[in-house]
Amino acid sequence: MAEFLVGAAGFVLAMVALGLVRLLRGPADADRLMAAQLLGSGGIATLLLLAGGAGVPAAVDAALTLALLAAFASVAFVRSAPGADPAEPDSTEPR
Amino acid sequence: MSTGFALDAGLVLDAGLAALVLAVAVGAIVAGTAFAAVVGFVTYGLLLALVWVRLAAVDVALTEAAIGSGVTGAVLIAAAARLRPAEARSAAERPGVPLRLAAAVLSALVAAGLAMLVLLPSAPAPSLGPAAAVHLPELAIGNPVTAVLLAYRAIDTLLEKIVLLLALLGVWSLAPDRFWGGAPGQPHAAQQDGALALLARLLPPVGIVVGVYILWVGAVAPGGAFQGGAILAAMWILVMIAGLRDAPATGGRRVRLLLVVGPAVFLAVGLAGFVVADGFLAYPASYAKPLIIAIEVVLTLSIAVILGLLASGPPGRERQR
Amino acid sequence: MRQVLDIFTVAAVSAGALFFLVGTVGLLRFPDPLTRLHALTKADNLGLGLVVLGLLPQAEGFLAGVKLVAVWLLAQLAGATVTQLVARAVRRGGPPA
Repeated sequence: MAEFLVGAAGFVLAMVALGLVRLLRGPADADRLMAAQLLGSGGIATLLLLAGGAGVPAAVDAALTLALLAAFASVAFVRSAPGADPAEPDSTEPR
Repeated sequence: MSTGFALDAGLVLDAGLAALVLAVAVGAIVAGTAFAAVVGFVTYGLLLALVWVRLAAVDVALTEAAIGSGVTGAVLIAAAARLRPAEARSAAERPGVPLRLAAAVLSALVAAGLAMLVLLPSAPAPSLGPAAAVHLPELAIGNPVTAVLLAYRAIDTLLEKIVLLLALLGVWSLAPDRFWGGAPGQPHAAQQDGALALLARLLPPVGIVVGVYILWVGAVAPGGAFQGGAILAAMWILVMIAGLRDAPATGGRRVRLLLVVGPAVFLAVGLAGFVVADGFLAYPASYAKPLIIAIEVVLTLSIAVILGLLASGPPGRERQR
Repeated sequence: MRQVLDIFTVAAVSAGALFFLVGTVGLLRFPDPLTRLHALTKADNLGLGLVVLGLLPQAEGFLAGVKLVAVWLLAQLAGATVTQLVARAVRRGGPPA
């Protein structure tokens, strides 16, 4: 079972790594973000599979942390995107 | 037979992971825009977390996951967004040949130094591991990383927290005098409904539990004050980004108290070591574990507040009295 | 019994890995950001979900299983929010480039 889980971890990682082509090509920033998001999900799956397959149970805690913070980059992106919120001054410069 | 295959699958995974880390690093460097570079860097951090797990350093993996995809990710993406108007202009400027040559030489030297260390190891590799492990049972802390950080390397850990405070002072000092002590930046527009507001209401209760869990489990398994604090800080930043709560005035007495309580308690316990134990930062034998846990708890609070305020930026409003 | 559970794990994890393949292909091949977003969520929800489902029989004890499910639920919440936010940002930005 362990070898299957490690192999599956490698497969999932390879799959989401291919998606990183979108990170380079874009074209829009949203596409780059999606590639990062996919790698995030794949990374969580890889960590869980490794926790079971390679006998590092604490890797589940790392996966838990990643899952908790998975939306962070996108939230920061949306809140700071140009024209995200006209009511919101997007700068810390003094008025 | 099965173990042989497991080894092979692991080796293939490791080789692929190493190639992937290199590819993403190169991708982040050659990226056309600051935003693409930042997303590449966040991705790179996530891959590094996987690498640390493969190197059996789950403590470091947790730190990378907590800080890289939380606080630094948010800070860098906001920074890339602010730089966007000036980006075309700064991209047109190319650094001069001497500067580029100097950077290339320096990078090559570092790479050559690292390659030498890896390719020509002194056998056996020098290690203080066994000597350190001999005395760890006296501390009754099951996680050797936490034990070493708070016992043998207590002074490093203490100074690291003070460096964090200094970094915060550095950020605050960017503010004009009249804003000193005021709240950071402008408040984010409040989102009463919508996906972001929902997330900012649902996630923090769970995140606080996870942060406390990571802190607590740090005594016996990978985890600890910094990882827990980084998660708590991320939850706080989420609430601020969603506009549900404004950032506090940086001059407030409660904020200032929370900022220093961790390092202060650590320092106080360290000084008490002169009287009740063998010297500075020494713990009395029978109280080592409760003292270490108490220090970790207050450090977590301070780290969370420091990281949250670091991400909020310099004060940008006059202080309301 | 053990063998049945192991077969279940292999089947569910393989199916989950397949959804990661599908998600990647979609992300690379679909013509515009909104459809690519659609592909992404399949990997988020079903890929990770099936991997977690497959790992449940291998979990050491009840609480370890609960933690696995918690990871999946958190990823769900993040995925759903991100999809909403990014889709809105894409629409605000006008027709995709």
